Amino acid sequence: MLTGLAANDTNAIETIYRENFATIRSFIIKNNGFPDDAYDIFQEAMIVLFEKAKSGSFNLSCQLQTYLYSICRRLWLKKLQKQNRYNPSIETIEEIVPVEDEMELHEKKDKDFLLMEGALKKIGEPCKSLLEAFYMEKKSMPEIASAFGYTNADNAKTQKYKCLVRLKKLFFAQYKNKE
Amino acid sequence: MDENLLLDAIERYRSGQMDEAEKLFFEELRKNNADIDQVVSEHSFFLDQLENLSEQKSFRQNLKGVENKLRGEGVFSENDGQRKSKVVYLWNRYRRTIAVAAAIAGLISFTTATVISKYSENKKAAVITPLVDNKLNQFEHKLNQIEHKLNDATALPVKPKFEANFRATGFLADGSGYIITNAHVVQNAKNIIVENKKGDQFSAQPIYSNTVTDLAILKITDTAFKKVNGLPYTFPKTTAELAEPIFTLGYPREEVVYGEGYLSAKSGYYGDTASYQISISVNPGNSGGPVIDKDGEVIGIISSKETNADGVVFAIKSKNIYTALKEIKKDKDITIKLPTVNSLRDLDRVKQIKKLEDFVFKVKGN
Repeated sequence: MLTGLAANDTNAIETIYRENFATIRSFIIKNNGFPDDAYDIFQEAMIVLFEKAKSGSFNLSCQLQTYLYSICRRLWLKKLQKQNRYNPSIETIEEIVPVEDEMELHEKKDKDFLLMEGALKKIGEPCKSLLEAFYMEKKSMPEIASAFGYTNADNAKTQKYKCLVRLKKLFFAQYKNKE
Repeated sequence: MDENLLLDAIERYRSGQMDEAEKLFFEELRKNNADIDQVVSEHSFFLDQLENLSEQKSFRQNLKGVENKLRGEGVFSENDGQRKSKVVYLWNRYRRTIAVAAAIAGLISFTTATVISKYSENKKAAVITPLVDNKLNQFEHKLNQIEHKLNDATALPVKPKFEANFRATGFLADGSGYIITNAHVVQNAKNIIVENKKGDQFSAQPIYSNTVTDLAILKITDTAFKKVNGLPYTFPKTTAELAEPIFTLGYPREEVVYGEGYLSAKSGYYGDTASYQISISVNPGNSGGPVIDKDGEVIGIISSKETNADGVVFAIKSKNIYTALKEIKKDKDITIKLPTVNSLRDLDRVKQIKKLEDFVFKVKGN
């Protein structure tokens, strides 16, 4: 299942949802939340799991349910704190495992992603679409050339490098600021 | 070394496109030149970031698709849970405020009741117009004819030659060729033709038409039609919220036209609870077009607008589609499968439209 998850497999995701979401949902609702909060939190937890599964070095030492529950619990506590709705008597009936490392890693990654997304926004069009087409949608250079109206693939490639260098500059400028 | 060349080399190295000799040379170069090594690790880190971001994005989209699907199936007994907890929660927090507010609301409703009733008397005179374009003018006919000729010359399937006297919009409910439109669009039509963005025309026949809800479902009967996959939108069973931003695609002209607006009331003409009132600019020809929210869910189908008022448009609620499908299943034993995975969420509007365009059809006939 975790391999399926790492490969972004819809079936694996659906199974995990079906088996675990109800527990998380009732936990969130019991602790001052709305069902929609449960969807948000669960999604975030799935992303943590996804990153873990992708890293390959992940050995689940407890049940998946427990693991997800622990992560959701941390995420929810955090959200409550942020909104000044902290509820000291937060209910914990299920067993939990420590997930501090995951949380830390996840937060760092989130920050990096924000940086990258910010940088992508800043470089403007057509650079943004061009880079997205190549690096995210994995389109080939000839395809990109015709979609963006470049005369040939080499031309598109040159453009892409120009864009990439700009993006890199922006990204690292911010990245080093943060450090 | 040229920087572009170096970057190119790094990318090929990472994706395993280098042959052994080149790889060795590259690794050697890295070892011997600290500057290059620096660039390589920096660029690798950067590309990792970019790739991770893209992977996470597609994963997120997949997640939302699954979530929507399960929500649509009502796996988590959405309704009672949501209602109860929300009410209890809000009640506990705002008990006192509610009491005060209720008192004030009582007073206000008392004073405004008279004013409103006065207005509604006038409103009885209002008429609603269906949004089918019956007056396709001469000029468009000519254009059509020319278009037909051109199409006939280039495309293989023989297209029925006929003069349409109405034009409206429809969209796919099922990739195997079921199209949703309005009942008033097709009720008097002898021949119906649907046309996609590319201009391919297919003959179609109504298999369901309900003049009360104004919902009709057509089946593309043309053998030239090939099943299409990946309908990007889903159909919620729940009622959309006031003020939700919405948009539509339709054929008030020969070309597809985009329009956006918002949900202005949860009921339609004369309090009709089967439809919404929306505020959007539409014209004859928009009838049967999908009303889509920002997440790419089809919340309704455009049907009519109030003649005497500007921007008062009515749309049939999407849950009526489910009722229609049940009836079709019962009467004709045809199973229509609505799409369950939404791939429009989190895309910007331009991309959403690009994905949508192929599934919105022009409905013509005479």
